[in-house]
Amino acid sequence: MKLLAVVALLVFASPAAACPKTSTSDVADEVMCLQCGVPLNLAEDAPSAKRERAFIQGLVDQCKSKAEIKTALVAQFGDRILADPKSRTTWLVPLLGFIAAAVAVGYGAVRWRGREKTVPPAQVDDSRVDADMDRYDL
Amino acid sequence: MLALLALLAYGIAQNKTGESIDSQLAAGKRPVPPALKLPPLEGGRPVSLGSYRGRVVVLNFWASWCPPCKGEAPVLARWQPRLKAHGGTIVGIDVLDVSSDARHFVTEHGLDFPHLRDADGSRLKAFEVVGYPETIVLDRRGRIAATSRGAIDDGFFTKKVEPLLKEQA
Repeated sequence: MKLLAVVALLVFASPAAACPKTSTSDVADEVMCLQCGVPLNLAEDAPSAKRERAFIQGLVDQCKSKAEIKTALVAQFGDRILADPKSRTTWLVPLLGFIAAAVAVGYGAVRWRGREKTVPPAQVDDSRVDADMDRYDL
Repeated sequence: MLALLALLAYGIAQNKTGESIDSQLAAGKRPVPPALKLPPLEGGRPVSLGSYRGRVVVLNFWASWCPPCKGEAPVLARWQPRLKAHGGTIVGIDVLDVSSDARHFVTEHGLDFPHLRDADGSRLKAFEVVGYPETIVLDRRGRIAATSRGAIDDGFFTKKVEPLLKEQA
């Protein structure tokens, strides 16, 4: 009888122990409030943000994983709901900006080093040295 | 420096999209609306705005989570039969909504007219919609004839929509 109780406990208790698999705030970090244009965790009062949170909480309560909840959100609202869009073109502009900045810095460094090599050391003004030496009557 | 100037020029070019819908209406023009093709709220093949050509269309942008939309819903429900009888219709555009919430809203308020779904709100900018509810009225030739940036009432239908019903296509 005790064995049966232990088996029953294991069978019925295991899924409960694994639930919830995520939290609303954990998911909110990675999705957008589409009405406000900011990540959901930053959108406090927008009515659509409240509804999004309630939708996520409903799925959390159903023991859905973060990936499952994000899939459900995309099914409802499309890809734009994700704070990290899948579209490759989204990253194109920052990437091009980074490359342009790297090229500009590299070009500047090369020019600066070249100038350092070609410009002769400052010419010492002999007359000034002589004048200084004259002041020290050794 | 050149990059900054290029960025500035790009920004200006992006903002230079011509006159707004409302300023054109104020000048007595009836601008052509942006192309719109969205799936029905109930699911199915996307419907084009052009398919309503020949009818007066009251395009109403709404969401189930929007309190003013609830206040406006009885007005829409009351006017749809009158519009339908005179060759017009309201077309709801449900935006940024959970589809089951939206369907419940439609049933609860008896909104017996076609509803399309803009799930990610990506069509709002083209119609210069910034809040909810907003309404854009198209004449029988499919041109924008009136707008309301906020909830509409009986007065809006009487003044802005009924005269359009009397116009020929």
